[in-house]
Amino acid sequence: MSRIRVFTGHFGSGKTEIAINYALKLNEEGKKVAIADLDIVNPYFCTRDKTEFLESRGIKVISTPKELSNAELGTVPLNTLMVFNDKSYDVVLDVGGDDQGAVALGQFNKYFKEEDYDMYFVINTTRPFTMDADGIIQYINDIQKASRLKVKYLVNNTNLSYETTVDMILEGQKIVEEVSNRLNIPIAFTAVREDLVDELKTKFDGNVFPIKIFMLPPWRQSME
Amino acid sequence: MAKKVLMKGNEAIGEAAIHAGCQCFFGYPITPQTEIAAYMARRMPQVGRVFLQAESEVAAINMVYGAAGAGVRVMTSSSSPGISLKSEGISYIAGAELPCVIVNIVRGGPGLGGIQPAQSDYFQATKGGGHGDYRMVVYAPSSVQELVDLVQEAFDVADQYRNPVMIMGDGMLGQMMEPVEFKERQTTRNLPEKTWAANGLRGRKIHNVINSLYLKPEELEAHNKKLQQKYAEIEKNEVKYELYNLENEVDIVIVSYGTLARICKNAIKMLEKEGIKVGLIRPITLWPYPKKAFDEVMDKVKLGFISIEMNEGQMVEDVKLSVNGRKPVFFYGRSGGMVPTPAEIVNKIKEIVGGAK
Repeated sequence: MSRIRVFTGHFGSGKTEIAINYALKLNEEGKKVAIADLDIVNPYFCTRDKTEFLESRGIKVISTPKELSNAELGTVPLNTLMVFNDKSYDVVLDVGGDDQGAVALGQFNKYFKEEDYDMYFVINTTRPFTMDADGIIQYINDIQKASRLKVKYLVNNTNLSYETTVDMILEGQKIVEEVSNRLNIPIAFTAVREDLVDELKTKFDGNVFPIKIFMLPPWRQSME
Repeated sequence: MAKKVLMKGNEAIGEAAIHAGCQCFFGYPITPQTEIAAYMARRMPQVGRVFLQAESEVAAINMVYGAAGAGVRVMTSSSSPGISLKSEGISYIAGAELPCVIVNIVRGGPGLGGIQPAQSDYFQATKGGGHGDYRMVVYAPSSVQELVDLVQEAFDVADQYRNPVMIMGDGMLGQMMEPVEFKERQTTRNLPEKTWAANGLRGRKIHNVINSLYLKPEELEAHNKKLQQKYAEIEKNEVKYELYNLENEVDIVIVSYGTLARICKNAIKMLEKEGIKVGLIRPITLWPYPKKAFDEVMDKVKLGFISIEMNEGQMVEDVKLSVNGRKPVFFYGRSGGMVPTPAEIVNKIKEIVGGAK
């Protein structure tokens, strides 16, 4: 396991949810954690929207300063370099969608050459362009090329938002397994919303990663 | 039943248009609608249709004018300042009586404004935007599924009345992801053949001409009268709205549209627990405005109506015209990309109800 984890995927695959949950997991394990929002593609629903919450847990958030977060600069935060220089941190990089988003990683190539990294590719098979192995493999190739990095693990994050079922996740698992076999890349875990964990575990004995959902529209947020 | 997929509102607009037989898409990027153009750039060539990124919004709307004049289904999309640029073209399209679909995924204004969700283009969409005596059907969906259904409906309505139709959503609707289904649908409308299209002679003796220029005042007035008759017909046939929690008597009725109506529904549930009964009129067409919904519920309303908007009160005038002095009309709004929380709405309504009791 490397200190630096990079989360990539097709946009809408759920990278940000996985990245935030992964950072929280590392934090709960007692590690010193930094999460960097390198999403230069999406204007809404980004890790930076949860800065206050994450910092309250003691997680360092690296993102475009708040006063510029709506300026669409298309740049990564300057202090991203910190994650490579300060090796006391366990790092989660949340990278924007598709190959366009992954371009942002290219500039850090020399650091990735010096230090090993784990790049995860997040897959949701209910998304129109990643419903089958061929579509997914094309995205993996595009992102590897744009980022100049190699995907080391796959993540099955098949979900249909609030209409997700366990059968759907298992159907997605088969497709992700096919990708895994064809590319010889292992599946790190299957992400599942906390309330579906017990049901999934009765039908599936792979590695399950329970997640909380953070990116919610206002009418689905708790009503305090 | 088609399999459900998870899509961003903006992507779903593109796919819905493809399902509706949209042959050409002309666009120009602007947040928060850029994914529409990005999706079309990928998908339109796959299905053998035309995607073109124009050099500007003005160019894009004039390409729409041309394609619509040739009789094909065509769509463009933009966001607030981009729609301002398109407004001249929209007026020409309305004047020349051409069908097309225009999408506005609204950001905050005026001016360059900001990229967060807003409903600040209500006036622009429903009261003209462009110049002249024209009207345009405006749909305001509140979920990604409704967005898909209304995009498909919009193409039919445009063809039936030979008129531009707008789909208007806030940035939230464009950016959020929800499960959607693309149903195989057959229109129930009797759509006229496009015998007016400028698509070659095709056995005719005289070329069809697409035009909005009338030099004789008598002719222009007659043309305007004809348009007004068409608009009256649309007002009669095409009004859409949802009534929520209005089966019984209520203290107050919220009037709200788009994704904000979903936040209002949360507020209504919270108020119910405190013994305050609140109904909701959700206009789905902003023009034609659902005046008859107000007549329908008037007898059930104790205190009055409150228009809740993500702008500084642009819909209040239509609410007042619909209520027509029968009850007081209140307003609550946030703007500039600030989205009201259910708790804020609850407090505002408690203030009104408490003051009245």
